[in-house]
Amino acid sequence: MGKIIVVTSGKGGVGKTTTSAAFATGLALRGHQTVVIDFDVGLRNLDLVMGCERRVVYDFVNVINGEGNLNQALIKDKRVENLFILPASQTRDKEALTVKGVARVLEALKKRFEYIICDSPAGIEHGAIIAMYFSDEALIVTNPEVSSVRDSDRIIGMLSSKTRRAVQNLTPVKEHLLITRYIQKRVNSGDMLSIQDVQEILAIPLLGVIPESPSVLKASNAGIPITLDKKSDAGLAYLDVIASFLGEEPPPREKKGFLTRFFGN
Amino acid sequence: MTIFNYFRTLRPQQKTAAVAKERLQIIVAHERRLRNSPTLEYLPQLQQEILEVVRKYVIIQNEHIKVHIEKEGQYEILELNITLPDTEKGQINIQKSSSDVT
Repeated sequence: MGKIIVVTSGKGGVGKTTTSAAFATGLALRGHQTVVIDFDVGLRNLDLVMGCERRVVYDFVNVINGEGNLNQALIKDKRVENLFILPASQTRDKEALTVKGVARVLEALKKRFEYIICDSPAGIEHGAIIAMYFSDEALIVTNPEVSSVRDSDRIIGMLSSKTRRAVQNLTPVKEHLLITRYIQKRVNSGDMLSIQDVQEILAIPLLGVIPESPSVLKASNAGIPITLDKKSDAGLAYLDVIASFLGEEPPPREKKGFLTRFFGN
Repeated sequence: MTIFNYFRTLRPQQKTAAVAKERLQIIVAHERRLRNSPTLEYLPQLQQEILEVVRKYVIIQNEHIKVHIEKEGQYEILELNITLPDTEKGQINIQKSSSDVT
């Protein structure tokens, strides 16, 4: 049976969709049957970030309403084996995602996939709640910045009260903190919250840190998940995140030494 | 810029990240308390109902009534603070005797 993982944050623009695309692609690269679902009905963007926007025919809401079946709606990634995308509907509103309908689709996906990644919309309304409702685990995407940290704390509160696991008194949703857009230089100069600061405030286990990187924008421009860019520091950081998510020791990344920093490679 | 300002900019009092952390710790702790305490959930309604009772006798605005809960050890202290208007205009002509209401 597949595991349902929600990628959530409360605040918008922190990197939920980038993370969903990168994380799902990374899991599939490691040979796991993976599907990534866009829960942002009305504002779909995962298709663009994944580079499959012109292949969308049926969507999540169509499947819920029985206007198309799951196989028609699932888009198979052309670059990575084992990777599928379920796009959101662009013409409906978030209320179209009913608890019953979403439950039915997720049950069907759980039989077929090992990992079901749910890309949550921003906010704390219906769309975000339904995205987290059935989750087993959660990636809380947080920028080292006051509004993002506060909103993440709000979302952590909702994970422990508004999800199926909370309502039915099951084992709580397993939470992972993912810090994105991190700039070590600014942390060193005291202008940015450090990893330790954010972790201390939110008090959930840290899964990984993704550095701010120009390659992320380039990748989304091209519709390529950042984990497919072998030269990107952010892409490599996501691969490390996936390794630790799968319970492995992350491979030691070569740090630029004193001499290479001065003389180049 | 005086010579003192010059030295002050050389050594700023506190880095902005430290300020951010401190502010976050305070607001997050406050919001968690609100979330996790079942007693605090009924607080806004309690405040509204007390306000309605007081309004039968005195003209007051929402901001003139403050309900506050504090935890001290095992006890929770409910503090109620009503600011009455100082002019007599604020008094409503009460037909009934006030003993009806206590």
